Amino acid sequence: MALYIARRLAGMVLLLIAVSAITFIIFNVFPSTDPALLRAGRQPTPELIESIRRDLGLDRPLPVQFADWIYNVFFHLDFGRSYQTNQDVRDLILDDLPATISLAAGAVVIWLAVGLTVGIVSAVRRGTLLDRVAMSLSLVAISATPYWLGLVALYLFAPDFGVFGLPFVGGQGSYTPLTEDPVQWLKSLILPWLVLATSFAAIYARLLRGSLLDVMGQDYIRTARAKGLPERAVVLRHGVRSAITPVVTVLGLDIGILLGGAILTESVFNIQGIGRLAYDAITRGDLPIVQGTVLFGAFFIVIMNLIVDIAYAFLDPRVRY
Amino acid sequence: MALLEVRDLSVRFATDDGVVRAVDGVSYAVEAGRSLGIVGESGSGKSVSSLTILGLTRAPNATFTGQVMFEGRDLLTLSEAEMREVRGEGIAMIFQDPLSSLHPFHRIGDQLIEAVRTHHDVSKQAAADRAIEVLTLVGIPEPRARMSAYPHEFSGGMRQRTMIAMALINSPKVLIADEPTTALDVTVQAQILELIGRLQEETGTAVILITHDLGVVAEMTHEIAVMYAGRIVERAPTADLFASPQHPYTWGLLRSIPRLDASRDEQLVPIDGRPPSLINLPSGCSFHPRCAFVREAHKRVDPALEPVDGDPTHEVACLLAPQTRRELWRRLAAGEPPDRVRATVPMGDARA
Repeated sequence: MALYIARRLAGMVLLLIAVSAITFIIFNVFPSTDPALLRAGRQPTPELIESIRRDLGLDRPLPVQFADWIYNVFFHLDFGRSYQTNQDVRDLILDDLPATISLAAGAVVIWLAVGLTVGIVSAVRRGTLLDRVAMSLSLVAISATPYWLGLVALYLFAPDFGVFGLPFVGGQGSYTPLTEDPVQWLKSLILPWLVLATSFAAIYARLLRGSLLDVMGQDYIRTARAKGLPERAVVLRHGVRSAITPVVTVLGLDIGILLGGAILTESVFNIQGIGRLAYDAITRGDLPIVQGTVLFGAFFIVIMNLIVDIAYAFLDPRVRY
Repeated sequence: MALLEVRDLSVRFATDDGVVRAVDGVSYAVEAGRSLGIVGESGSGKSVSSLTILGLTRAPNATFTGQVMFEGRDLLTLSEAEMREVRGEGIAMIFQDPLSSLHPFHRIGDQLIEAVRTHHDVSKQAAADRAIEVLTLVGIPEPRARMSAYPHEFSGGMRQRTMIAMALINSPKVLIADEPTTALDVTVQAQILELIGRLQEETGTAVILITHDLGVVAEMTHEIAVMYAGRIVERAPTADLFASPQHPYTWGLLRSIPRLDASRDEQLVPIDGRPPSLINLPSGCSFHPRCAFVREAHKRVDPALEPVDGDPTHEVACLLAPQTRRELWRRLAAGEPPDRVRATVPMGDARA
């Protein structure tokens, strides 16, 4: 197990370097703006730009620039500085991370609670009206992307301009850190959580339903019933116990992706998280921030992937590394 | 009175392709301490009829007629909650594939403890003690240590022993074993059968042994019912069935058992054709498309289960005349091929 984890971590480093390289290449093959221009202000003189290029190290060959950046990331945890504002990228990311984590954590709780419940009930009552309605609604929910659903939610429920303005929810841009004001934090995140969780809940409901239906046809479910177990115990202790494994796989990846920034939801609700940070940096061509956020996102995905694989060994006793 | 009596049981499933008549008017009974073998191919209704006893075939598309009498109650009429009391406590069941029948993620001990605590309000420790007791009974070495093992860590034989332990843990009055040895190695098969036989004698549990292999039931059942296409086609005390089998299908089953005392070049004789569709049963005798001795009238007349020579313990559903059947089996048992037997035995239409 320890050896397995060590091997996976080594692979992870290689993967992160590869991801960074791809980002770097894309950025330099399709240059959006000359980074020096971002710094140079309104009336840049060629001399000024030249000196900025020298200061930022942009006059060096690309492989050297990349190697230098990688070296700093892995040995000094230094992600460089924003081309535009000269802010430390690591500080920017760490400043915005709590908002992203808050958004992801609340949404995960909601979509698991709703998705798993609906999935189980639908599987147990397969073919009934309840099941059909739930599965139809879930298709609608999957199709409702956050930028549309978010705007609808704001239009309907935003406290200031919403048609049915709800005083207990926060509107756009109302995000307050948990450490500052927990109540305001909660209020500001209710709508974003629900919006973000909607399609996930639907996906998880369908996933668990399908998986549970498979499991309920297994021989060991018949054994559990033949023991005289109540159906509730058969479903939960024997059925869901097995059916949950594919859900855990997807959950790990989804959490990883969300920690890299829920760009759409953060943008709609104007929450300054990693997603917003990345989005703004991309529009301005601020490579160090883009590199940093991409690397962070990739890091969360691979680390969650590793956690999922380790969790498998605990979920399924047949899995050994 | 019989401990468990199935009376004229029919089970039908409505499917998209039509109504499946899985079990069609089947009756049998077991007394306490006795054992009944139910023999037939896949799709003969043998498993469905036994699963129905435990109410495990209940589904929105299933309809049941007849009765399943157990301890004075008709199990078909019990509610789910009442049925749960019977399952595992009154009637227990073991299944064909012990690997897929045990939950892969739960420890052996936990699965056994759960079986006890489903029916008895006892402490975990008491349930664990009982689990170790039955594991010892079924011959699992070091049962205490094995409690924390997972099914995949057991061999096939040990898994089936565990299944038997789980079935016996609440001392059921009836044990239904559905193809308990089919998924096992040949050497292990004999051990498991021996174990079931021994436990039956020790505990006095009635056993229903379901199999496609007449050889399996030969040694350890008192009575055998042969099922074909959802019906019992022949029923007899075990010795009688082997001594004077009456139904051409039974002959086919007997002739397809490998024998150690046969010469090596003697061929096993398979039964021609395939089991019929339970949605569109053949007209007349269901077995007629595969019967070597079919007469024209057999395609129209549906035979009823009737005593052989007035013996109420031996019944057969066959339209051939009793003396014809005797002569046919005598010649077949002597090793003559069915073609020659058919050509030389006069087969006057019996009761067409």
